[in-house]
Amino acid sequence: MRPAIVAARNISKSFGGVQALREVSVALHRGEIRGLVGENGSGKSTLIQILAGVLGPDAGEIVVDGKTHAHLDPREAIRAGIQVIYQDFSLFPNLTVAENLALNTELEHGTRFVSRRRRRRIATAALARLGRDIDLTQTVAELSVADKQLVAIARALLHNARVIIMDEPTTALTQREVQTLFGIVADLKAQGMSLLFVGHKLQEVLALCDAITVLRNGRNVAEGEAAQFSPGDLVRHMTGRHLQGRPRATTVSEDEDLLKVTDLSKAGAFAHVSFAAGAGEVVGITGLLGSGRTELALSLFGLAPADSGTIEIAEQAVRIRSVPDALRAGIAYVPEDRLTEGVFAEQSIERNLAISGLSAWAHPAGWISPARLRRVVAPWLGRLRIQTPSARMPVAGLSGGNQQKVVLGRWLATQARVLILNGPTVGVDVGAKADIHAQIRELVGHGLTALLISDDLRELAEVCDRILVMHRGRIVREIPAAGCDENALARELGRLE
Amino acid sequence: MLRRLAQSRASGGVRLLAVTLGVFVLMTILNGDRFLSGRNLASMCFQFPELGLFALAIMLALITGGIDLSIISIANLAGLSAGLVLAQSTASGLHVILAIFLALGVSIACGLLNGWLIGYAGLTPILATLGTMQLLMGLAFALTKGHAVAGYPEAFQTLGNGTLAHVPVPLLVFLLGAIVLQVLLSRTALGIRLSLLGTNPTAAVFAGLHVRRLQLATYALSGLLAGIAGLIVIARTNSAKADYGTSYLLQAVLVAMLAGVDPRGGFGTVWGILLAVLSLQFLSSGLNLLRFHEAVGPYINNFTKEFTWGALLLLVMVLHCAKNQHPR
Amino acid sequence: MRALLHRHEFYLAALTLALSAGIALANPAFCSVANLFDLCQGSTVMGLFALGVLIVLVSGGIDVSFAAIGAFSMYVTSKVLLGLDFQGSAAVALVLGGAIGTLLGLFNAFFIGFLRLPTLIVTLGSASLFRGFLLAFIGTAIVNTLPAGMVRFSKLTLWEMRLADGTIAGLPASFLLLVVAALLVGCVLQGTMLGRGIYALGGNPVAAARAGFNLRGRQLFIYGGTGLLSGLAGVVHACMMRNANPFDLVGMELNVLAAVVLGGAGITGGRGTVLGTLLGVGLIVTINNSLILLDVPSYWQKVVVGAVILVSTGITARTGWARARGAGLC
Repeated sequence: MRPAIVAARNISKSFGGVQALREVSVALHRGEIRGLVGENGSGKSTLIQILAGVLGPDAGEIVVDGKTHAHLDPREAIRAGIQVIYQDFSLFPNLTVAENLALNTELEHGTRFVSRRRRRRIATAALARLGRDIDLTQTVAELSVADKQLVAIARALLHNARVIIMDEPTTALTQREVQTLFGIVADLKAQGMSLLFVGHKLQEVLALCDAITVLRNGRNVAEGEAAQFSPGDLVRHMTGRHLQGRPRATTVSEDEDLLKVTDLSKAGAFAHVSFAAGAGEVVGITGLLGSGRTELALSLFGLAPADSGTIEIAEQAVRIRSVPDALRAGIAYVPEDRLTEGVFAEQSIERNLAISGLSAWAHPAGWISPARLRRVVAPWLGRLRIQTPSARMPVAGLSGGNQQKVVLGRWLATQARVLILNGPTVGVDVGAKADIHAQIRELVGHGLTALLISDDLRELAEVCDRILVMHRGRIVREIPAAGCDENALARELGRLE
Repeated sequence: MLRRLAQSRASGGVRLLAVTLGVFVLMTILNGDRFLSGRNLASMCFQFPELGLFALAIMLALITGGIDLSIISIANLAGLSAGLVLAQSTASGLHVILAIFLALGVSIACGLLNGWLIGYAGLTPILATLGTMQLLMGLAFALTKGHAVAGYPEAFQTLGNGTLAHVPVPLLVFLLGAIVLQVLLSRTALGIRLSLLGTNPTAAVFAGLHVRRLQLATYALSGLLAGIAGLIVIARTNSAKADYGTSYLLQAVLVAMLAGVDPRGGFGTVWGILLAVLSLQFLSSGLNLLRFHEAVGPYINNFTKEFTWGALLLLVMVLHCAKNQHPR
Repeated sequence: MRALLHRHEFYLAALTLALSAGIALANPAFCSVANLFDLCQGSTVMGLFALGVLIVLVSGGIDVSFAAIGAFSMYVTSKVLLGLDFQGSAAVALVLGGAIGTLLGLFNAFFIGFLRLPTLIVTLGSASLFRGFLLAFIGTAIVNTLPAGMVRFSKLTLWEMRLADGTIAGLPASFLLLVVAALLVGCVLQGTMLGRGIYALGGNPVAAARAGFNLRGRQLFIYGGTGLLSGLAGVVHACMMRNANPFDLVGMELNVLAAVVLGGAGITGGRGTVLGTLLGVGLIVTINNSLILLDVPSYWQKVVVGAVILVSTGITARTGWARARGAGLC
């Protein structure tokens, strides 16, 4: 077999007693797109960081062009042509686009003094390779998310990169942008570049990759040509078990509209949005990035109030100018980014679960003893199927899926009647995803209304009763879920362009 | 790793107890009878409550992920405003009550100013409280033109010097403050909210906490604790000055760190503060007594102490760091 | 022109000029050459400290130990040179003071760069450690007769002019030191990868580590450099005062922080310029100077400086950059 450009051999790594990787190997050949898949916590990110030289392995070796290293440092990795595009893009918000693009190159060349002209030249060349144009003098903080990712990709290409590692690059992207990204990836492959595509959206991985490596619990569990795997195989390898089929969507009777939004507008975000959702209904909202869907959700939750329009809950008009307003009206929100916006990582599971419903659970005067807290939280652990030896453990010790259940669960004890879920299963492993979907259906079964914002078309088709499609700040289509599957949805979305 | 972290938080208490006892034994060995004398023990009981109250105030702000550097200025301004009422030759019982309420009101108002600056105006806690520290100290100077305000009624001085059933009044006040704060932090909804706010302020917004109101409450409360300390200070010394006890700030931070309060927010206990402030007081009094020692005596002065506090703070931080190495 | 209007520095300069004009109307003495020279002299020590603090703030840290470092360097340098009965040039004093300052700065850098401890608490501790060590073990007596070289340096002027009343006003040579230091710091921060790395570190520390910046090396430079500038400031202060008082300098931390923050730097890191910092120093010195000229008691200076910190950080907290950063993904 032809030699690999980069290979990690028998890598082991532990953090304070927790074994993140055990003798993991992965190899990447010239012109190959390899998928690295696994559930959250399977060791993917640790492996990426070791390949990028950010972390050193405890045991094992990294082979670059036949040369063996016990530990790469970030500069060596870059010099060897290895580039990582992190999920958060790793840009400097306070510096200009030009400087962000040129900084790594300058660093790599051991430049000591800055030359504006050289910086401009490097930056222009980088963007030209992608065929895009961005104002070089803007600071990155001022860019849109899509442009930020563009800058990150352009920067990676600068370093005579031969190996590009993409860490869940499609997480923040919409269907259409994913297609654009796949186009770029195919171009790069044609130029002889090797790519390690890290993710857990199986369809994407299967569609894009030549070969696949599967990790589970920090070990290699499967490896081979992509054609050998079916989605079911991958799920089995990732989770180590077979999964049930799709949850059955229940039909609901819509006696009254629990949530009614009329003519809601916010400058620069969305305009004239009107829709209604009944008790017991899950309404999906999807759309491209910049379609205004997250802004709509945030305005309903009071974080970025709308400029005009009305919101009614159970036929009562409510004014939502702040989060407390939204809570009083019974609107709850499960945020997009679990780690930074959702959990209180170092705090106990019980405190994380109880936080939003404290007023209901505490004595009217505000007392809540540790024993009382434990007592009121206990039933929820079972109901939410959160697996933990003790509710007093820090929530950080739970898997991503269980953490998400905690974030979802904290609203259950409140008076919330409208639950807005923004990407509730992003980064959640396949097993927990099914649990969360079932949980959402169960909740609406108790008379709640759920708004589910998602890019995952399969999720939308399986969980929602109907789906609203947003485009450029407006609701442009309403699709009933009955008889709709993800392919039909994809066609609908494709028609928007 | 996390399980160990949780254990280390619990075992930190045992270690701290050992440190406190260790310092006590060491100072007893070095100073012998002088350290164990009734006079020394009594004077310690009158001294540490002030520092203890300051440390509680610092801990409260640290738990919510902030810091309050203005506590000493607040204490002095509150003390001065009470002092101005009390120092009148005609000061009566009514004046004493008025003065106490005035001081507490002033300290809460200063704390609310901090809370407003941080929660509503969007300043970082460090800069906001550095600013008010300077501003309030300046106001205190302006109020008195730099002079001390001295001479209070006997009744008021009891607050600093008196005893109740043989227990020093300042100690009672401190213990009361400590118990109230402990109950607040561990057994009320507000306490849980404050800890979680300190752990992850963004998540706190999404979990529906009234972050701004919580910040107002935090700094108002830490201001109040500082104001109580200010009252005890002026009652004990029978005078109020605009720049009294500025070295308390460093010591209060030191006590909080020694007590295992997490400077990144979210964690801290009153028991820790209690033990830490005791061990610091043993050390401080022990050093004072060492002045009578023939060999090292000449080297012991306030500056040696300043040096010691600085070195200890760094040492404590290094030990915490070695204990809680994060993989991040 | 539009770019100019968006610059923080533009408003700062305008504010300083407006304030100066107002004071000049109230008290014409403000505009005298002698007073202008006084302002320059007053800005020198504060400016040197401020440049150091600027570097630290840009990197996302905070330093409250610089004044203690300045006092330590100043006093030890004077003592050592007197002890050696050194008669040579003041340059030696500056080098020695700078070296002592650098060492103390590196002491901070060890805790911050290698052990990753919070900068505020580390520098609070080290400030107390340095000052305590100085006063407990080195001395508390004011050195009234400085080494000959430092005395000569203190009398050296760049430019002199005879005033109407016959006295001579001069611009002290030490002002040149501030100018050179400002140019150097400006060049390093804007024109070298070392400096850009400090901005990068302040803007996104995680990305800076991934990009392969040597972060420990940068922390050594940041705190060592701040120590160097503080040491120089200490020696210059002694020369101006014509004595070395170990109790001096400590207490001016907030004036310096106010100046730097006023100059547009924030402790969230990644922001701040040398020009802004110098303008901030100029404004603070002007305010303090004018309060004296207007016979306002000195303790009001504290109130004003406190208010300046609160108002200027309050304004920057509300300007676009901070908001964009809050909303941005990276």
